[in-house]
Amino acid sequence: MNNAGALLSKLGVRLIQLSVVFVVVTFFTVSLISLVPGKPENLVIPFDGTAEQTQRAEFRKKNDLDQPLPIRWARWAKRFVSGDMGNTYSSTGSSPVSDKVKDAAPISGLLILYTQVVALAISIPLAILAAYRNNTWVDKVISTLAFGALSLPSFAVAIVLSYFFGVQLGWVKTSGYNPLGDGLALHLKSVAVPVIALSLGQIAVYMRLLRSDLVATLQEDFILMAKSKGISSRRVLWRHALRPSSLTLLTVIGLNVGNLIGGTIVVEVLFSIPGMGKEIGAAILGRQYVALQSYVALIAIFFVLLNFLVDYLYTVLDPRIRERGA
Amino acid sequence: MSPDDALVLDPNVDGPASLGADDLAVEEDAATRRRFGIAGWLACAWLGLLAIAVVFADLLPFKDPNAELTIPELAPGQDGFLLGADGNGRDLLARLVYGGRNSLIISVFSIVLGFLVGGFLGLLSGYYRNWVGKVLTSLFDILLAIPALVLAMSLVSVLKGDPSQGGGMDPRTILVLTLAIVSVPLIARITRASTMAWAQRDFVTAARAQGAKDGRILFREIFPNVLPAMAYIALLGMAIAIVAEGSLAILGASVEPPATTWGVMIVEGKDSMEDASFLMFIPIAVVFLTVLSLNFLGDAIRDRFDVRESAL
Repeated sequence: MNNAGALLSKLGVRLIQLSVVFVVVTFFTVSLISLVPGKPENLVIPFDGTAEQTQRAEFRKKNDLDQPLPIRWARWAKRFVSGDMGNTYSSTGSSPVSDKVKDAAPISGLLILYTQVVALAISIPLAILAAYRNNTWVDKVISTLAFGALSLPSFAVAIVLSYFFGVQLGWVKTSGYNPLGDGLALHLKSVAVPVIALSLGQIAVYMRLLRSDLVATLQEDFILMAKSKGISSRRVLWRHALRPSSLTLLTVIGLNVGNLIGGTIVVEVLFSIPGMGKEIGAAILGRQYVALQSYVALIAIFFVLLNFLVDYLYTVLDPRIRERGA
Repeated sequence: MSPDDALVLDPNVDGPASLGADDLAVEEDAATRRRFGIAGWLACAWLGLLAIAVVFADLLPFKDPNAELTIPELAPGQDGFLLGADGNGRDLLARLVYGGRNSLIISVFSIVLGFLVGGFLGLLSGYYRNWVGKVLTSLFDILLAIPALVLAMSLVSVLKGDPSQGGGMDPRTILVLTLAIVSVPLIARITRASTMAWAQRDFVTAARAQGAKDGRILFREIFPNVLPAMAYIALLGMAIAIVAEGSLAILGASVEPPATTWGVMIVEGKDSMEDASFLMFIPIAVVFLTVLSLNFLGDAIRDRFDVRESAL
């Protein structure tokens, strides 16, 4: 048994994976966005008929835009690895990309965190109920509702909810964002509809997954054993069946955080929430190559690290995998 | 709902081997063994109706979708406007039909294109387990590491061309290409998993022992077996493409006015929801019914052909 060694070698593989993803994803994205017509210097320094040509040339030089793409990318990557995310292009000087990330990332992060918490808090009890009452009307109602929820686009849910609870009842905000600092009530009012809309689809996916895993687990011998020892159904379900059934769910949660980034972009634009989604959209439109590279790199790194965490959690949840790995 | 949902729907546990008379083991799985029944026929009827309406829209007695015919935001059912009129006094029913034509063209063609490329690459990468498969697989993984919507937005911006130089392609072509490119790695990965499962079966070994060439094995032995899984993913993919078009519409990356799509209609309806909420509810309901029908038929195919997602 050499758990530490196994973990280290896994860590090594992940690090290599991380660097490959980092290089290819950022280079690919910036190559793609460089193909978009419209140069950054033309957007930053408008045509005014006099000195804009020299200003633009100066701007290109200052921001490495006169260099070929691979060199430009390499210079950015070198700085990024040492912790400098570069500057956004602007006429007056430069504002660091890291400032934007500092403002926007926590907002998107909170949205995703809330969404996952809400989704799990609702889907786990529902899945247990549906698996326990497998094939009764309870199960059928829950499964049918989940199927319907899968067919509802999150933006449509967001719009409909903001109509009923925002426009009609006035309970929630239909636009804008309040940080926690503005008070808990205001904060919750501003994120309630986006979070519910984003979590609905997740609830359906998680519920269906966990339910079918639980149905299989409940047929195992150790469950029969636990039942025959007279342990209550509640304890059997929550303590004995849930843990071995939650592995697929865990993988999917990891994958889904990646998908949620897309959903979050749409919802942030829909509700004018100043998160990463809005920043990424603005960076694409404004040809902010450096900023976009940094955003995409951050997301990719986050995604790879998250999946590493999921791998690690496997071994915590299921001792059988721990032993096999060692 | 997002493109990756295709990967994560519910991996039906294959079901443990029957434990004899134990009714637990042989019971039907309520969520997966949904009967086709009335709901299935309703789904077919709805999609059939849609297909007829959008294909024959020019022959059917619809009003002009772009003409301002009456007062803005006319309520449904008045003056012969069955579903009312939008903020510019244009017939909502006609706009739904012509917008639906665009939405469906975009989703059908992008998925067909995605399947031609992604399905082929997936077959190759699942069959050849040497460097070809490895290179292709890492290519899919890398494309999947970029958030799909970021990729889609970048592609739309690239393909749109320079507006000052008269722009480029038809916005519908742009959306078809964009969604096709985004769907390729997803479709390829799913096809690859299914191919890998079939490629290990005895009949493939038997065919090879008889001297069948790779091409024959791929297209005559494996491909017909992978097809049901692909049909299921195709229906799901169409549903996802309709939703994705809506997401792009919210980000302002869909068709240009006066042309419309369901996504664009939802965005327009949202802006007037305080005065005329039907303008947003009607297109949302249409999208919901269509996506629901596609998902339902996809599930029916999956059950029928016993596509095992746990193997995907």
